[in-house]
Amino acid sequence: MNSAVLVFPGINRERDMARALTLISGRAPAMVWHAETELPAGTDLVVLPGGFSYGDYLRCGAIAARAPIMDAVRRFAEGGGLVLGVCNGFQILCEAGLLPGVLMRNAGLRFICRDVHLRVERSDTPFTRGYNAGQVIRVPVAHGEGNFVADDDTVRRLEGEGRVLYRYCSATGEVADDHNINGAAASIAGIVNAGGNVLGMMPHPENHVEAVMGPTDGRGLFAGLVDHLKQAA
Amino acid sequence: MIPNEPKITPELVAAHGLKPDEYQRILDLIGREPSFTELGIFSAMWNEHCSYKSSRIHLRGLPTKAPWVIQGPGENAGVIDIGDGQAVVFKMESHNHPSFIEPYQGAATGVGGILRDVFTMGARPIACLNALSFGAPEHPKTRHLVSGVVAGVGGYGNSFGVPTVGGQVRFHSRYDGNILVNAMAVGLADADKIFYAAASGVDMPIVYLGSKTGRDGIHGATMASAEFDDDSEEKRPTVQVGDPFAEKLLLEACLEIMAKGCVVAIQDMGAAGLTCSAVEMGAKGDLGVDLDLDAVPTRERGMSAYEMMLSESQERMLMVLKPEKEQEAEAIFRKWGLDFAIVGRTTPSKRFVVRHGGDVMADLPIKELGDEAPVYDRPHVASPALPILHARDIKAPMPVADALEKLIGSPELCSRRWVWEQYDHVIGGNTVQRPGGDAAVVRVEDGPKALALTVDVTPRYCEADPFEGGKQAVAEAWRNITAVGAKPLAVTDNLNFGNPERPEIMGQFVGALRGISDACVALDFPIVSGNVSLYNETNGRGILPTPSIGGVGLIDDFTTSATLAFKAENEAILLIGETQGWLGQSVYLRDLCGREEGAPPPVDLAAERRHGDAVRGMIRGGVVSAVHDLSDGGLAVALAEMAMAGTIGAVLDAAPAEIVPHAWWFGEDQGRYLVTVPDEHLLGVLTKLKAVEVPVRQIGKTGGDALAIAGERPVSVAELKARFESWLPDYMAGKR
Repeated sequence: MNSAVLVFPGINRERDMARALTLISGRAPAMVWHAETELPAGTDLVVLPGGFSYGDYLRCGAIAARAPIMDAVRRFAEGGGLVLGVCNGFQILCEAGLLPGVLMRNAGLRFICRDVHLRVERSDTPFTRGYNAGQVIRVPVAHGEGNFVADDDTVRRLEGEGRVLYRYCSATGEVADDHNINGAAASIAGIVNAGGNVLGMMPHPENHVEAVMGPTDGRGLFAGLVDHLKQAA
Repeated sequence: MIPNEPKITPELVAAHGLKPDEYQRILDLIGREPSFTELGIFSAMWNEHCSYKSSRIHLRGLPTKAPWVIQGPGENAGVIDIGDGQAVVFKMESHNHPSFIEPYQGAATGVGGILRDVFTMGARPIACLNALSFGAPEHPKTRHLVSGVVAGVGGYGNSFGVPTVGGQVRFHSRYDGNILVNAMAVGLADADKIFYAAASGVDMPIVYLGSKTGRDGIHGATMASAEFDDDSEEKRPTVQVGDPFAEKLLLEACLEIMAKGCVVAIQDMGAAGLTCSAVEMGAKGDLGVDLDLDAVPTRERGMSAYEMMLSESQERMLMVLKPEKEQEAEAIFRKWGLDFAIVGRTTPSKRFVVRHGGDVMADLPIKELGDEAPVYDRPHVASPALPILHARDIKAPMPVADALEKLIGSPELCSRRWVWEQYDHVIGGNTVQRPGGDAAVVRVEDGPKALALTVDVTPRYCEADPFEGGKQAVAEAWRNITAVGAKPLAVTDNLNFGNPERPEIMGQFVGALRGISDACVALDFPIVSGNVSLYNETNGRGILPTPSIGGVGLIDDFTTSATLAFKAENEAILLIGETQGWLGQSVYLRDLCGREEGAPPPVDLAAERRHGDAVRGMIRGGVVSAVHDLSDGGLAVALAEMAMAGTIGAVLDAAPAEIVPHAWWFGEDQGRYLVTVPDEHLLGVLTKLKAVEVPVRQIGKTGGDALAIAGERPVSVAELKARFESWLPDYMAGKR
């Protein structure tokens, strides 16, 4: 799997992401500077990692969404290429119009860093094939603005088209307000675009890939992508 | 001739925090009246915060050496060797005064400043910790200050991208008018690629890097060197504003040009900004510095030389670059979108010359600016010794079970989860032990090695007996590092006290420092960096003496680190160390009996070391399943913490007949640990401890869903946990 990790000024989880990709795919990703205008030839997966691009002093992700490299990402996505945005990466994808909705301030108005449980809603996508449908995984969140908001029609469409891949839940998989840490619409933690090739999610699977951190539930996402690309090849 | 506007008057001198005799010293030194800019420079260099004039003679006696110490105090941060060509760079620093005036920015820039100290030396920051002291919960400002400081610490660290993994939070009415915000940063570097402040070579270009200079923070260090009064909030303009985004860029750019071999010397602009950094670079390198302020990037027009020299705008660096690498360095800085300007040169003259608009605004002897700062041996009186209280004279106000439930849900001992969940503590993917344990454990990237990190001090002990309190702060840091299985290596200290011009405060300082020094020697735990914060006093009332001790230890293999959670049912629970039932200055006595009285528990340093070495040996030998040190709240509280973390209860023997029960369960005797041992190792462990003369007693077994003390009402672990977790969120939500 040839992956490319985009580096915008102020991004800070690019090293975590690069380590996870290297560990699971066996190949180090290309680190691509925001000012570039082309992705490396042969890229299979583009990753927008977490952080605070441009300080997030404007709306989160708003400036990064307009960086030179984003035109190349748009073309890549239109051609069916796989794109993964995590945390700030999710925010950037929304701001870039590659995903619907927007990430607002957490309902509790505070930054939240803790492990959460996510229910994997389906397993027949490149981003979830490493898991079983209905499986509960444990990964950390670390964000101040992860409250997914979209108008009712959009949420209905996302649900109807099966585009919600990850949802906040209890340890046993129940979805309820108590487990919806940031107040997101329909407890949404991660969604894909209509083509199913662009995923945005708030939690950090890349931080739960080694026993050093405790659970290793994040591995499935990356391992699934590797399998998918192997099969496609 | 140096232009002199406005005119220097005694009032102007006083407004710069300089005493008449200190001004006389300036006149003697330069043989003429200083210019306005020069007066500002002197006030910046000679204030307490930058010159350590009250503390310096006492700091000289601290133990700072060991074979593994690469750099002790005097640089931006301390450096220790952790083997395999790797070094750990760390320091703790206070940002107390600004945080009280403007909690979010004060705390944020405190974190920013300490991070800069660490990466200035060539290290990538891998962890932050902090020690926060707030006023009483019922004080009307406390909630606002907690909320702002925690958001500020998180706001900066989270955005910069460093995990905040541990610390302390306390409440006491003595901090009502002076909160403490002590921030510690830890970084990792190659042992042979450490960068220092001393300039070398004549006529070398001095480069200004980072953010532009604005009018924020002017006189910040001077403000931090004076007491507060009712008008302190008027000082808001002296608080700087942080920009973690700029700092992140500065980090990446600095590490990149260091890796490319461009840097000769580097100094961050912290307190007293351009003045302090330029003087230190020159003075440490025995060189003069000639600065041209017209080249300094500024945020606003019309800034005077005085303002530029005293601005504490954040996220700025000064460097001496290798001339042949200048273009390469500039390209890297431009890539990161940062300002880059040559603002001066080194000179052979040992003069500090500042030019602006074609005029010389200052021309001062550079060595003397730093070295000839006044040094005071201020009068000090020792704190009077307090009587040793006897447990039998202290009546238990309630049964043991009730007391435990009350304490575990009290402001002093409840969970700090509400705080540390606002800090990103998992970024980096190396956090082996997250906040909430004895010490944080952070893996050293990709290796099996890990660092154990902690911050400790018990201010009520320091107030009652500064010497024993100083010893205890060091011993507790050493103990917490030991309890996770690490070898304690070195210390950074952050000494927070009241007004040093009062002999009893100076007495606290001297006493605590003696205690710290004794403990560091006895425990082989040298001090490699630190910071002194005096004048933590409002309207004549000082804080509790609070010498925060930040400790760093090393674990060879992170998979062998111990945690405090009970692991399984039916394991023997052993209490290691001597228990007399010391209630003087205990949390029990203060919070349940309403008495802040008596001598604090003494620390037997030889026993401390013996007990700790034995515990560490057992962890490494894999014969103990859970380990926890005993501190605030004593035995019962430690057991409750282990039970809550593991969601397993315990069945416990009654207190021994010779000790009254509440003293046995809540006494705060020092040098103690709790360990659990699986049956197959029990005999071996007991035999081994006996052989090394470490007192040990089996006090019960793990199991069940309650702490069941013989003869007492069982206390449900779930109920304890509910109390433990609810106080702080409820308080912050205004429900308490």
